[in-house]
Amino acid sequence: MIKADTIVIGGGLMGLSTALHLALRGYKAIVLERHSPARHASGVNAGGLRQLNRHMAEIPLTVAASEIWKNISALVDSDCDVVLSGQVKVAETEAELQSLQARVDELNASGFHHERIIDQHKLYELVPRLVSGCVGALYSPEDGFARPFHAATAFRHKAVELGVQIITDVDVTGVDQGDSGWSVATAQGVFSASNIVNCAGAWANQVAEWFGEPVPLTPGAPMLMVTERLPHFLDPVVGAVGHKLSFKQMPNGTVIIGGAHMARLDLEREHADIDFTALKTSAKTVTQLFPHMGSARIVRAWAGIEAFMPDNIPVISASSRARGVFHAFGFSAHGFQLSPVVGRIMSELIIDGKTAMPIEPFDIRRFQEQERNTSVG
Amino acid sequence: MPQRFRRLQEPDGRWVEVEIEGTKTRVLEGESVAAAIFASGLPWCRTTPVSGAPRAPYCMMGVCFECLVEINGVPNRQSCQISVEQGMQIRRQPGASPEYP
Amino acid sequence: MEHHELIVIGGGPAGLAAATAAANEGAECLLLDEQSTPGGQVYRAVQTVPEQRARLLGPDYQAGRDLVTQFEQSGARHLPNTTVWNLNGRCEVGILRDGKTSLLHAKRVIIASGAMERPVPFPGWTLPGVMPAGAGQILLKSSALVPADGLVLAGSGPLLLLLAWQYLQAGVSIGAILDMTPHGNFWRALPRLPEALLAHHYIIKGLRYQLQLKMARVPYFTGVRNLRATGTDSIEAVEFDHRNTSKRIETSLLLTHFGVVPDSHLSRCAGCDHRWDSAQLCWRPQTDEWCNSSLAGIAIAGDGAGIGGAVAARHAGRIAGLGSAHALGHVGSMRRDEIGRDDQRWLNDDLRVRPFLEAMFRPPPELLYQPDDATVICRCEEITAGQVRRAIQDGHHDTNQVKFLTRCGMGPCQGRQCNNAVGQLLAHELDVDMMAAGGYRIRPPIRPLTISQLAALEDMQAGGGA
Ligand SMILES: Cc1cc2nc3c(=O)[nH]c(=O)nc-3n(C[C@H](O)[C@H](O)[C@H](O)COP(=O)(O)OP(=O)(O)OC[C@H]3O[C@@H](n4cnc5c(N)ncnc54)[C@H](O)[C@@H]3O)c2cc1C
Ligand SMILES: Cc1cc2nc3c(=O)[nH]c(=O)nc-3n(C[C@H](O)[C@H](O)[C@H](O)COP(=O)(O)OP(=O)(O)OC[C@H]3O[C@@H](n4cnc5c(N)ncnc54)[C@H](O)[C@@H]3O)c2cc1C
Ligand code: FES
Repeated sequence: MIKADTIVIGGGLMGLSTALHLALRGYKAIVLERHSPARHASGVNAGGLRQLNRHMAEIPLTVAASEIWKNISALVDSDCDVVLSGQVKVAETEAELQSLQARVDELNASGFHHERIIDQHKLYELVPRLVSGCVGALYSPEDGFARPFHAATAFRHKAVELGVQIITDVDVTGVDQGDSGWSVATAQGVFSASNIVNCAGAWANQVAEWFGEPVPLTPGAPMLMVTERLPHFLDPVVGAVGHKLSFKQMPNGTVIIGGAHMARLDLEREHADIDFTALKTSAKTVTQLFPHMGSARIVRAWAGIEAFMPDNIPVISASSRARGVFHAFGFSAHGFQLSPVVGRIMSELIIDGKTAMPIEPFDIRRFQEQERNTSVG
Repeated sequence: MPQRFRRLQEPDGRWVEVEIEGTKTRVLEGESVAAAIFASGLPWCRTTPVSGAPRAPYCMMGVCFECLVEINGVPNRQSCQISVEQGMQIRRQPGASPEYP
Repeated sequence: MEHHELIVIGGGPAGLAAATAAANEGAECLLLDEQSTPGGQVYRAVQTVPEQRARLLGPDYQAGRDLVTQFEQSGARHLPNTTVWNLNGRCEVGILRDGKTSLLHAKRVIIASGAMERPVPFPGWTLPGVMPAGAGQILLKSSALVPADGLVLAGSGPLLLLLAWQYLQAGVSIGAILDMTPHGNFWRALPRLPEALLAHHYIIKGLRYQLQLKMARVPYFTGVRNLRATGTDSIEAVEFDHRNTSKRIETSLLLTHFGVVPDSHLSRCAGCDHRWDSAQLCWRPQTDEWCNSSLAGIAIAGDGAGIGGAVAARHAGRIAGLGSAHALGHVGSMRRDEIGRDDQRWLNDDLRVRPFLEAMFRPPPELLYQPDDATVICRCEEITAGQVRRAIQDGHHDTNQVKFLTRCGMGPCQGRQCNNAVGQLLAHELDVDMMAAGGYRIRPPIRPLTISQLAALEDMQAGGGA
């Protein structure tokens, strides 16, 4: 039997970050991962570090995360290939620009100033190859991107250096409650700890079930595609109000194109068939916004498996049913940027029983209340 | 640079004319652009986007992507999988093809 | 989306035979092939090649004509110049033809994508003027191009001898043949010889080639090790060790051959189960007696399912074609079994020579497992063996993790050239088997598409009935 303070189920970035932050405060964590670290969403995502246009509930967290990413070496001894070249959300019409202005007003009113409106002139200065005729954009200069697998590797190395044990190729199929906490019996031995953290990504609802906490999680497989290396033409990450698009050029010249279109997922086989009819829409959007990209070649398309919640914001919360159980999942395709701060919050919840971050909107009970309401109604 | 390949004499060959790096060259009708490049004596067809090293067509069957060239102004054409056509303009492709229109 | 009963991918002996057999039983069948004429690798351009060239390529090559004729008479449709860039478990096939992309659907698909040269990294293999022997043969078959005098052939395997022989017929003067077959191979292969002799025509052919090369006084070095190509912008010389001395031959062309491996990108992209075959040293899809893969509706025949050669490919193709015609309801199981029985017997007879050949021509292990740190493994991204080793030491214990970390396998060739080399490095460094080292997860498009081509993808709904 291997003992620790905390067992983390899932070796994605949320699990690694949680274990790392626990270790930073001297608590021993074991991460149990079914495959290899960052095998799923955390290793294959688009790497966008975006505060821009997030749900209002996530703003305090994303701003805090942004501060960490700016100096990520201090946390994990690696720059994770972070490039803070800004993110823009392009408005093609005045009406779109007004909707963006309304958002900025709302942010400012709450005391946040990381996003602002830029005019046409500034937009074309930032994105010279953008098709002409766009009117302005929402701009967040301190956003950017990193290389997700590199980031996850850095988190993993630092965690291990601080004493975290990462067990790979171990499928957790259930937990048992004992006198002194929890134990997990696996093919690689029995692990026990006072606390359990559910960082099981798209499978987190299965874990939550074990504690009697069903959640309306939908696994989904957003798709990305990448081009061959192109000459440098773009610094910031580009999105658009009127299109589903995330468009960025990496320092090596490749362009990563996302648009939140979904592959056809077979969760059981952990396999997703790329839906090229949906990707066609992304390709069309790219040719509309960046006409010079037409002859660039796509060398690969892929999908990552991610947990989506109905309100598109995550669950970051202590269990409402079981002592010593905590949840961090359901990041609905934008958890990469949040991962450093989520790990910190989880460590605070476990060690201090509370956190200064406003996490009420992410409480798991929001779904239970909903359930009660609908069943009563 | 000595020529690597020579053409066998065949009485019934049919020919078309293409331009390879600006030089008019007679090549066999229906053959691949990559083959035409070898026949013309051009020692390499592109440089890599990573280190700038010269490369020539390698596998001739579509599985290595070493044979990228610019054909009629379009970069990144896989020349071993494309047949020559009369008047085709074939150019070497430098690195990450800065020629994107 | 356009619908078909049966789509066959690949127009080599396996694909042609599969389409012919299925169409003869009444199946509606479409054959897609990247080449402009049917024939595949072995019978490339067999229909269009001038008589003189056909003769020097030999009688085995000319035998391909019958196969093509039977295919043309079968009623199966041929779509040449068509690249397949996607296949998934729903039998949806993405094609590129005349610069246009579209999606097709079939009730059943037979993959007959054949083989490719086994990529084996060695110092200097990226220099212009270094090519696989098969590439030299393609230039001969479809372009009547032969090496200028003084070329060097290096490696191991029947195709090396065949090509040398074909070059002799064409009057090429070969500078040297560097046989890299390890001396011990013969003794390891010997126990398999009696079985192989049941398909003795292969052995006799090989001996005849060797004899004629000897008679032509081609310099022939055996037990060659430590092959290097050197030069700055092109190959200038080949260096190697022979009987403990270092040798150097100046040349502008080095053709290498280390056997062939299945081109498994399509079957892996679709998600068929594969296993590492430690005799053939390659990933092979799992197939049953009718060539069905682990995915419903998808069969795999010919060298794409494991290396068996042209004759075996033809029989396997017929078997897969019959199996599909049966699954589609065109032929009852009695008739299927009756017609298929002969092919199954001939296939098994023909494959008897394989274990011997596999043991005899197994590439030198140091070449596969111990490339030195400076050798480029990934030609596209120019990742060296040293970088891969560092990633492994860094805790990345399967090929996909190494790929994510180093970009090895992320270039336009989509890992075709480096996948096995990375796996073998991993297996060696960590002392694990290849199943643990794993193969890259193959992502479509398996041949690059431009953004405009994808943007113009023929709409699935427009065709109706999807
Ligand atoms: C294509 C794509 C693009 C994205 N782009 C961005 C972006 O640009 N910016 C951004 O901020 N976010 C992005 N995201 C979202 C981000 O990747 C995720 O929110 C984040 O990685 C979630 O991390 P995780 O640790 O919760 O999940 P995962 O990384 O999925 O980790 C969960 C792990 O748990 C393991 N597991 C599950 N069940 C068990 C079990 N029973 N036993 C053992 N192990 C188990 C799984 O194997 C998995 O490794 C994107 C996501 C995708 C899919
Ligand atoms: C370069 C080379 C030369 C060879 N020469 C000989 C020889 O001279 N004698 C001999 O006995 N054996 C030779 N072999 C071995 C030979 O491959 C087999 O014996 C035989 O050709 C196998 O037949 P097949 O039908 O399985 O595949 P192949 O004959 O290889 O046919 C496969 C066909 O599929 C097509 N294809 C593959 N992928 C796609 C795609 N994505 N989209 C569209 N089309 C596709 C290819 O263009 C090809 O036409 C050679 C192998 C190689 C690689
Ligand atoms: S030469 Fe290999 S793809 Fe063209």
